[in-house]
Amino acid sequence: MKTDEYQILDIDQRHIPSTISRRSFLRRFGGGVIIAVALGDFIIPEELSATSLAEMPDDWNAYLRVGQDGRVTCFTGKIEMGQGVNTSLAQMMAEELDVALDKVDMVMGDTDLCPYDRGTWGSLTTRVFGPALRNAAAEARAVLVEMASEQLGVPTDQLIVTDGIVYVKGNTARKVSYVELTEGKKILRSLRDKPTLKSPSEFKIIGKPVKRRDANLKVTGAAKYAGDVRLPGMMYARILRPPAHGASLSLKDVDTSDAERIDGIEVVRDGDLVALLHASPGVVERAITKVKASFDIPETIVDDKTIFDYLLANAPDGNALDSGGSIARGKEAASLTASAKYLDGYVAHAPMEPHTATAVFEDGKMKVWASTQNPFGLKSEIERTLDLDPANVQVLQIFIGGGFGGKSRNGQAVEAARLAYLSGKPVQVMWTRKEEFFYDSFRPAAVVKVDSGVDDHGKITYWDYGVYFAGSRGAAHFYDIPNHVTRSYNSGRGRPSVHPFATGAWRAPANNTNCFARESQINIMAAKAGMDPLEFRLKNLKDERMIRTLKACADRFGWTPIKSPSGKGYGIACGVDAGSYVAEMAEVDVNRKTGEVKVKRVVCAQDMGLVINPRGATLQVEGCITMGLGYALSEDVQFTGGDIHVHNFNDYTIPRFSWVPKIETVLLDLPNEPAQGGGEPAIIIVGALIANAIYDACGARLFQMPMTPERVLAAMG
Amino acid sequence: MVRPIRFTLNGKPVEFNLDPEETILWVIRSNPETNLTGTKYGCGLGYCGSCTILLDNEPVRSCMMVAEDIEGKTITTIEGLAREGKLHPVQKAFVEKDALQCGYCTPGMIMQAVGFLNRNPNPSRQEIIDGMEENLCRCGAHVRIIEAIEMAAKEMKTEVHYED
Repeated sequence: MKTDEYQILDIDQRHIPSTISRRSFLRRFGGGVIIAVALGDFIIPEELSATSLAEMPDDWNAYLRVGQDGRVTCFTGKIEMGQGVNTSLAQMMAEELDVALDKVDMVMGDTDLCPYDRGTWGSLTTRVFGPALRNAAAEARAVLVEMASEQLGVPTDQLIVTDGIVYVKGNTARKVSYVELTEGKKILRSLRDKPTLKSPSEFKIIGKPVKRRDANLKVTGAAKYAGDVRLPGMMYARILRPPAHGASLSLKDVDTSDAERIDGIEVVRDGDLVALLHASPGVVERAITKVKASFDIPETIVDDKTIFDYLLANAPDGNALDSGGSIARGKEAASLTASAKYLDGYVAHAPMEPHTATAVFEDGKMKVWASTQNPFGLKSEIERTLDLDPANVQVLQIFIGGGFGGKSRNGQAVEAARLAYLSGKPVQVMWTRKEEFFYDSFRPAAVVKVDSGVDDHGKITYWDYGVYFAGSRGAAHFYDIPNHVTRSYNSGRGRPSVHPFATGAWRAPANNTNCFARESQINIMAAKAGMDPLEFRLKNLKDERMIRTLKACADRFGWTPIKSPSGKGYGIACGVDAGSYVAEMAEVDVNRKTGEVKVKRVVCAQDMGLVINPRGATLQVEGCITMGLGYALSEDVQFTGGDIHVHNFNDYTIPRFSWVPKIETVLLDLPNEPAQGGGEPAIIIVGALIANAIYDACGARLFQMPMTPERVLAAMG
Repeated sequence: MVRPIRFTLNGKPVEFNLDPEETILWVIRSNPETNLTGTKYGCGLGYCGSCTILLDNEPVRSCMMVAEDIEGKTITTIEGLAREGKLHPVQKAFVEKDALQCGYCTPGMIMQAVGFLNRNPNPSRQEIIDGMEENLCRCGAHVRIIEAIEMAAKEMKTEVHYED
């Protein structure tokens, strides 16, 4: 390629993604206008700690191309796992560029094509990546309008853009399209100065309800997931698994001879990795049962009953997250107090698609299609494991069948890569449901201790809060309390885990546990003070956003003051997550004979700032509430030491059709506020919401999740 | 062990050399002659419904059936539902109602719903819930799926009416 074939504006070598040279980048992307954008220039939410900021790369986080065919393509390391960003990110681009939404293509999570991204989690896509993308799109539009200005000989302020065509104001016959402008051009530009974004009053696409762009592919079976990749000569793998976490394989006792007698079976062994490969998934499924092996299983220390005492006994020193005033003074001022301990068991992610990957190692290059929330993290893990050069590892994304945090660990993809490397053949690893439950990184079991007091006027005088092993997200309260301390007790990164198996981020990590404790405790105090739980909250809140959100929820619900237990089965809870405020109210029935809880109606009000796609946001709220019913009512990973008793969905009950209440969503109309997270907030308070509703229905206060019929009966006494 | 097994797949008669004990889910997904990957593995034991197909118009779990069970029968998978590029009313309603998120359970949900509506073209909401109860969705698209099936039922009735 000759240099005069393209024109480079403002491009700084430092900003080129490490794995892609400028030349190959331009060659790969052909012509058009390409705008690169770095996330570092944009505001990062407060809750992202200094450590995570340090991990932020300073090279490109995204680029978009306005192509010669008139299509606009966004290249991002973010992934689509059901949360709908494939649609909402495209809306943002189309809006700022003034092109039709159906002209936008998203290329997501391909490590060869897309710039580095840490991972898709924390409800960060819309609120952090979104503004960066909007800026890039606005910049691209500005470049195109400048070019149009030169071509038409008209100043830029006399031009308008509609659907990718630049017109002269008042003379629409004089026009030039993006396609004509970009023809034969190669313009690469990195975003430096912040361009002017559209104001909400100018929006034509942002804030409008849009149907999912991936729906057609998904209803026809055409959407491809990592397990749908088919390669010539591909082998399906099954791997010898230990009976329990911590079990060590006795290598000398491994006997694969029976399996090897099956036609076409290949055995791959590498240290502890013992795998069978076959061209048929059915044959290899049966063959693995013929492998004989013995394991040393470590002594059992804990089980799902004893874990809470074990956690408290092994807790490290607490770390004060927030404090003010003096607890002693607060206790003096209190006329009534409440002290409680809240327990929360292990919960599985249980996505419908188990961890899956297909890998091929060809000409020294490893290519892996994986169901993963962090393709770049997986890429470096494969590089390290197989000692491969970064340029020789590519992770590709297609669709992901649910993640919820669980697919930020990529064991299956490393296995597939190892097996492809060792066998020299394309290999697919699709974890069985039993493997999925075994190797999942569960939401950690946790304990929260709260001691609090209220004065004669219904004001909270002190709040002494300690959360053990859940994590700090959502631990700090937002009430107006003069004397308070919030501590987190967690072993933290790099220290040995107290858990007998892997734990990790589960949709709004820590916040479900923290909200269960905080919002239950608030209702306990309201009941003790003889106050309506909504009135009690409003009396103890100064945060206008929360007050507004609670009131919006109460309006839709038709909340009438209750003195719990009122027998109505009314629940209430509120919380903050990912920059969004949520309040929920519910009505439940409790069967006093069986202890079964039926949630009849849930209203959720959410302040998430600017809503990009109200349809998508509503789906996320409904999904959060439905999924939340599971951790609240039934989901519990039972285990003995490293032996996980959950093998399939018959051992682990997730919400079903008959559970689903009437759900009403109120998204507060705040187009001038920054967009906030939407994939997680509405789930955080479902546990507390139902606990409070159960209490109101029958006077049974539940201090442990899940709130199974047995526990409800026991609490009724 | 392997022998020719004949059946009708998405409207076409086929004959494959199969182990009679081979799981239908794997036959559909992984046989090089079919590779119909729309039908998904979710649990392997019939608990989740992600692998639901129609066998002689009845929804069945393809992970629980073996090759000899389908001999001489008719199978429809998600890929065989749309006719001449026109979506089935259930597929159309799933798109209209946003009745999906990650989409992994969707083919099984749609096949279950189509089979259910074949038997009960005029269902109440409660009957839809009962009919779909054994299909699992983790994203929580349930309320939308119920609405989509109600919508499809109405449209299918109208279609029949027009044909009359």
